[in-house]
Amino acid sequence: MKYILMMNATKADFDWYAKWPKEDLQANFAFMHAFNKELKDSGVLVATEGLAWPDQAKIVRAGSDGAPVITDGPFPEAKEFLAGYWIVDVEGPEQAYRIAARASAAPAPEGTEGTMPIEVRQVMSGPPEELL
Amino acid sequence: MTREPLEVPADQLGRLLRELTPQVLGTVVRRFRDFAAAEDAVQEALLAAAMHWPREGQPDNPRAWLTQVAFRRMADHIRSESARRRRESEVALEATHTAEPTVFETALQEDDTLVLLFMCCHPALTPASAIALTLRAVGGLTTAEIAHAFLVPEPTMAQRISRAKQSIKNSGIPFQLPTAEERAERLRAVLHVLYLIFNEGYTSSVGPDLRRGDLSHEAMRLTRIVHHLQPPNQPEGTEVAGLLALMLLTDARRLARTGAGGELIPLAEQDRALWDRKEIAEGVALISDALPKGSVGPYQLQAAIAAVHDEAAQAGDTDWPQILALYDLLRRMSGNPMVALNHAIAAAMVHGATKGLELLDALKADARLADHHRLDAVQAHLLELSGDREGAVSHYRAAAGKTGSLPERNYLLTQAARLSSEHD
Repeated sequence: MKYILMMNATKADFDWYAKWPKEDLQANFAFMHAFNKELKDSGVLVATEGLAWPDQAKIVRAGSDGAPVITDGPFPEAKEFLAGYWIVDVEGPEQAYRIAARASAAPAPEGTEGTMPIEVRQVMSGPPEELL
Repeated sequence: MTREPLEVPADQLGRLLRELTPQVLGTVVRRFRDFAAAEDAVQEALLAAAMHWPREGQPDNPRAWLTQVAFRRMADHIRSESARRRRESEVALEATHTAEPTVFETALQEDDTLVLLFMCCHPALTPASAIALTLRAVGGLTTAEIAHAFLVPEPTMAQRISRAKQSIKNSGIPFQLPTAEERAERLRAVLHVLYLIFNEGYTSSVGPDLRRGDLSHEAMRLTRIVHHLQPPNQPEGTEVAGLLALMLLTDARRLARTGAGGELIPLAEQDRALWDRKEIAEGVALISDALPKGSVGPYQLQAAIAAVHDEAAQAGDTDWPQILALYDLLRRMSGNPMVALNHAIAAAMVHGATKGLELLDALKADARLADHHRLDAVQAHLLELSGDREGAVSHYRAAAGKTGSLPERNYLLTQAARLSSEHD
């Protein structure tokens, strides 16, 4: 079963992260590097990507003539942007939750309240066998 | 009758097949004029060789063997097509009657590699298509290998390659050497594609690093082929040498460029003992030979700049006045705003940060640089040199918010964090 593990963050979260002390940043980079390698080596990683920050995020809709109509903010303060994700192929939801908890515990500066929330969703599969 | 099979080690076989691919494909395309079908036929011939040669030994003339098998496959292909299109097939079948490669074709083999490159790097194709097609048809890489190197699913890459072949077919691009007037422009397109392939492999620090690095080596191998095929005394030849030198002088720093955790290490802080002396020596020799020939182009200038960096035993020994002079020439030759940014850095190193910042101010009006992270990153670097830590921190962070490269973002955030902790 495939699950997507998503890191979401508000603009304020991104700004806060950009001000982390050097040691905390480096601990975080090192954790992510090792974590990704471990997921890959253990054979569960399908894909992982980090996204560029939302500074230049755009919302696109089709106009009446089908041409793109582009909005680039301002976005509501509380809006959460996707920061990055992992897609893992695992035995069941419990394994996905365990991996998500590991990602959630990624190093952060001392005194940070709580851990990073990770949104876990199942990736839809093809039709069940009897319908094929 | 029994002949002792010659041992053909797998990697040596792979290398030989990849060298022969463009020559055989060129010959088949020249004969049958159908690029897509020729490409399939050559792939089948390569597969047959990979199966038979290790068991039965390598034939005396591997190229003729492959060409013959590919010709036969083409004949099969035309026969099966003929069920649908009888009239056309008669003309085509006639061509297969003399399917043995002739002496004439053997003599043309080197030209054919070049013609194939001109075809794959045709300006009518998008860069992404030209890159994929070049790696497949000239480089002899499999679709799976190319997909892997570009981190896209294999069906996506297969589709990209097949659409590229279709565009070549639709555009009616002839399989022949460009005329003398066209030659320089078409060669520029080839060099640009090779340059893009090299950069794709060199600048990425994400994904499966080793495979990506192979792209750079493939680009160098192909550029080396073009370099050897260039007729001497052609003015364009010096730019080919320039590009090959630029690749060597850049690739020489590969091991020093990233740390154990994949983090970027800037030129000034690299451990120069890790630089590849052999590549540097070859690159310097190439560029030293090319420059005095007079037809100086952008690749030669970039190679010359890389050579100046590579020849400094320590960052502090860098001959910045010479680099500034070279960027001055390069800036006049190309309207590329990234060149202007590097020129500003060189000016700051020679005349001080204030001079560099002045030059940057003049660049801010350039629409191509608006919102580009490099502008903020260079501004941050120069502000740091000028002693304005707060300004530097804010520009490093702005650059981090805009970059599309994860290792670069990590680097920029680290720079900001380092300066703000010193500030406290």
